[in-house]
Amino acid sequence: MSQPAAAPPGGTSSNGGQPEPTPGQTQDQWRYKGWGPQGPAGQYQGPYAAYAARMGAQAGSGPGQSYLPPGQPASARQPTDAPRRAYRRTEGRVVAGVAGGIADHLGVSDTVVRLVLIATTVSGGFGILIYAALWFLMPLAPETVPAAPGLAAHTRSGLRSDEPAPPVAEAKQRKREKSRGQLPALVAIGAGLLILLQVAGLGIAGKLFWPLVFAATGLALIWRQADESQKDKWARDVRVPILGLVLGKGGWKSLVRIGVGLVLIGTAVTLFLVQNGRLSMVGDVLIALLLAVVGIGVIAGPWVHRLTRDLNSERAERVRSQERADMAAHLHDSVLQTLALIQKQADDPKAVARLARSQERELRSWLYDEEHDADQTIAGAAKQAAAEVEDSHGVPIEVVTVGDCDLTEPLASMVRAARESMVNAAKHSGAAKIDVFVEVDGDRVEMFVRDRGKGFDVDEVPDDRLGLRHSVMGRMERHGGRATVRSDPETGTEVRLEMDR
Amino acid sequence: MSSRRVVVVDDHDMFRAGVRSEIGASVDIVGEGSDVDTAVKAIVGTEPDVVLLDVHLPGGGGTEVMKQVHQRHPDIKFLALSVSDAAEDVIGVIRAGARGYVTKNISGTELVDAINRVAEGDAVFSPRLAGFVLDAFSGAIDIASVDEDLDRLSQREREVLRLIARGYAYKEVARELFISVKTVETHVSSVLRKLQLSNRHELTRWATDRRLV
Repeated sequence: MSQPAAAPPGGTSSNGGQPEPTPGQTQDQWRYKGWGPQGPAGQYQGPYAAYAARMGAQAGSGPGQSYLPPGQPASARQPTDAPRRAYRRTEGRVVAGVAGGIADHLGVSDTVVRLVLIATTVSGGFGILIYAALWFLMPLAPETVPAAPGLAAHTRSGLRSDEPAPPVAEAKQRKREKSRGQLPALVAIGAGLLILLQVAGLGIAGKLFWPLVFAATGLALIWRQADESQKDKWARDVRVPILGLVLGKGGWKSLVRIGVGLVLIGTAVTLFLVQNGRLSMVGDVLIALLLAVVGIGVIAGPWVHRLTRDLNSERAERVRSQERADMAAHLHDSVLQTLALIQKQADDPKAVARLARSQERELRSWLYDEEHDADQTIAGAAKQAAAEVEDSHGVPIEVVTVGDCDLTEPLASMVRAARESMVNAAKHSGAAKIDVFVEVDGDRVEMFVRDRGKGFDVDEVPDDRLGLRHSVMGRMERHGGRATVRSDPETGTEVRLEMDR
Repeated sequence: MSSRRVVVVDDHDMFRAGVRSEIGASVDIVGEGSDVDTAVKAIVGTEPDVVLLDVHLPGGGGTEVMKQVHQRHPDIKFLALSVSDAAEDVIGVIRAGARGYVTKNISGTELVDAINRVAEGDAVFSPRLAGFVLDAFSGAIDIASVDEDLDRLSQREREVLRLIARGYAYKEVARELFISVKTVETHVSSVLRKLQLSNRHELTRWATDRRLV
């Protein structure tokens, strides 16, 4: 229960779009250090050395000290100098998500927070006051719809014509089912506690008891409804009409909820008056109450309306500027650094091409790829291997994959064999480009590594040339696969690896 | 062979200038466009052999340009050009009527080659597009509900596509399969037709399906 809140997606994008310098990213970043001016220990000494050192320090500090403390909602990701906010949970909550929010904020178990709240409620009633106050003060954790930033941006600016529907229905369904089961449990627990208190004589004086119960229940219903509509507002970033502010997307259900709440409060007032022997005043008081509510509504309506509108537009603007900031941070961390390095290496065309290619790949995967599972599927692993070879040898490698499957141990060896073939092609063939094709068809997995280089005589490869014999052929045979090599001076070399999974 | 008349459509001036300097000597660039409206105007005004069309274009994307031009000039051929390798873009632009798809890092000579091929009515598949097609046409399908001819690749077509995905040029594919280059072109054109006309669920929902995996 203490983990889910860490999962809600961040303010703008969640799937790799966050520019936080996570350890892996920073190491990638400084993969280029070999080409910059070097210190004694191979440490990058260029104009960005200070920056590199800072990044390095963060990379070494481990996940516990990264920007994002565990358990904190992703939406709270901000530079360290900004104050950290506590948010009420939208998922895994019991009443309004206050206890869960506190637990996430403090990094403790939510059970502990709930027990403390219950204990303070029972002994004196402070707990429930604190809860109500925090319910009022703590904002809901915001939600977002994730998408690859490049595609999302193209769609937004009309550069693309179509728009696939995001698959969100399932999650909504699940949430609804959960909250349906919670309500009876909540009522039962509340009733039990009250009865216990009353029996023990700790409770409220007899006369006030029922009016207070009714009033509290009515208020809770209305508050919770207001909460739901706020949640809807997070989900759809649109202007909400004044009535929508109260009703949200709930339709007649929310009307019923508010109605029941009002009736309960009315009952509380009536009961109070009846018990105090002033039955004749009930009608007058209720009418006066109604008039007061209507009057306040008429007076405050336009003002509230304008306030809501301003708030909405300001919020939309803030979301936009956050997106811009994320984008800017990413461009700074990757593209600008690479451009700086390229200028420094301008007299070395190979290094420039290598940097540009590596940056292109990184940016492309950030913009368009939605899967980052290099160590889980064979397609991911093959792309990763190709990227590494491309970076270390400076020959562009185009990877095409058809189908995909989980990366088992034998398949991992197959990818290593393919990687070795890529290294061979990059080192010896002299080809300007290498093509890699991975196909998973039923139980059969095939990989092809092809170059149009100068080729070699397969039979003449000396036994001491370990690469091909051991790393490719031997490795494949040990894992029940097969490697065949075809090579001639005209068409270049093609290594074919096959294995049943 | 007289040089082909080409219109270049891309919203980046730098890219248009780059294309012009790289292939301007081999083909006749008769017009340029930077968004849907200017592109349609340039194409309708010059009636080129081939349009080099950027997939992402202000005003509705490259598919919108094809939609508007094809109503009046169904014979003008389009070669899609993009930096994005996203499957939904590639499949989308082919189904809207492009005769081929290449990425922007293609070399000048390869691009001229592709333009000539498209002008002659053949299809141009990059390795990546071949991979997408194999992916979209793979797997079991409900036999009863499909038009066999359109919704399935023949054995030969699969072989040709696999070789293209492995990085083979048409000439190399022909040599590998002991068939003529013309036959390879026929197979690829037939795949293109299936790609454009098939109602296979995978082609319309391909991207979404992939996202769910």
